[in-house]
Amino acid sequence: MNDSRKLATATEPRLESTASLLRELVAHLRQQRAQLREEWARLITEAKLLTAMTKEEIFAEATSVYDNYVEALETGTYEALQAYARNLSERIIPRGVETHEVVGIVLLLRDVLARSLFAKYHEDFTKLNRILDAYEPAANRIAITVAVGFVQERERIIREQQEAIRELSTPVLQVRERLLILPIIGVIDPQRARQLTEQLLRGIRTNRAKVVVLDITGVPYIDSPVANHLVQTVEAARLLGATVIVTGLSPEIAQTLVNIGVDLGKMNTVGDLQGGIEEAERLLGYKVVLTRESAAEPA
Amino acid sequence: MQVPILKQGAYLIATVQSALTDEDLKQLRDTLVERVSVVRARGVIVDVTALDVIDSFATRTLRDVAHMIRLRGAETVIVGIQPEVAFSMVKLGLTLEGVATSLDLEEGLAYLDRKGKGPGHEVRTHR
Repeated sequence: MNDSRKLATATEPRLESTASLLRELVAHLRQQRAQLREEWARLITEAKLLTAMTKEEIFAEATSVYDNYVEALETGTYEALQAYARNLSERIIPRGVETHEVVGIVLLLRDVLARSLFAKYHEDFTKLNRILDAYEPAANRIAITVAVGFVQERERIIREQQEAIRELSTPVLQVRERLLILPIIGVIDPQRARQLTEQLLRGIRTNRAKVVVLDITGVPYIDSPVANHLVQTVEAARLLGATVIVTGLSPEIAQTLVNIGVDLGKMNTVGDLQGGIEEAERLLGYKVVLTRESAAEPA
Repeated sequence: MQVPILKQGAYLIATVQSALTDEDLKQLRDTLVERVSVVRARGVIVDVTALDVIDSFATRTLRDVAHMIRLRGAETVIVGIQPEVAFSMVKLGLTLEGVATSLDLEEGLAYLDRKGKGPGHEVRTHR
């Protein structure tokens, strides 16, 4: 009982002094701003970080990072810094700045500031320790905030790009009146499978297609859920009055389809894309006639 | 909600205009199956463009209609199933097996015309 009271009273003035120490610290960093900033920018160039940026740009960014850093130390709130980190990331990611560079410069700044604290308080070891006690957690938190902001921004960009790739990855092409082809290349994950279904069914409606050739020559393998999804897509297309011809099934995919026990009466499959288009033309009543000698023959 | 049934040449066209209860569906089935021989129709089109949902009962009823009408000597085609509806039907395992489907009314009419001209079509050869 007695012990705990002693502890409680012991921590309180310490908390208070942490705040006053931080104030002292901030005042020091403000005063030394020009010199420390210079030192930091020099270290960044020396460590060959941010090579994608010019010296002037590095100095300009260093200035605003420094000010934001000191402000976060002073106020103890990280929202402004977070917003700044996001904004900074948005600007520098397209220029090819890597995660290790961003983390690197923030850690460098932490080191520069710590060194300056050592220099200022090296005579009073106890005071130095207390200053570092106040400084280090805040500094680490700032480093984490900036790094996380950068990584989150990067992830957001990656997600956007994935979305863009997905949109490009399922083209629906009309090759003849009422005949569509969908060439699929690459692995089909569940989300892509859903998108494929949507594009295919919508394509049937907008192009008034009677036959769709789904070419999966470029798909190395599919798992059972995706295979099931494909079969369901074929059936759904039939409900819209269209026939789907699947072409280019690899041995692995054939195996998967047999394993899930697909009803082959429902699936119209042809060996390759050419055969698929020929079959589609037959279904649609087209007859392709060669009117000239093949151009490939010598004249 | 009654489903209007129009006679167009040798075909009967039933256009569903809003969601149907099970009772409505049964009534549609009975009326169609009865009317088909009264007007000596060769084909029946059921247009479901307006339906946002086609459940298992509706699917079964539509399939029954198609099979019964075939037994009565005519062809049935279901037209206008929406893409989203089609996919959710398939997800539920409702595939309208053995029933002809077409994109829309126009396609359905073209399908029945082709069927009528086809060789060995029973209704045709018996006439």
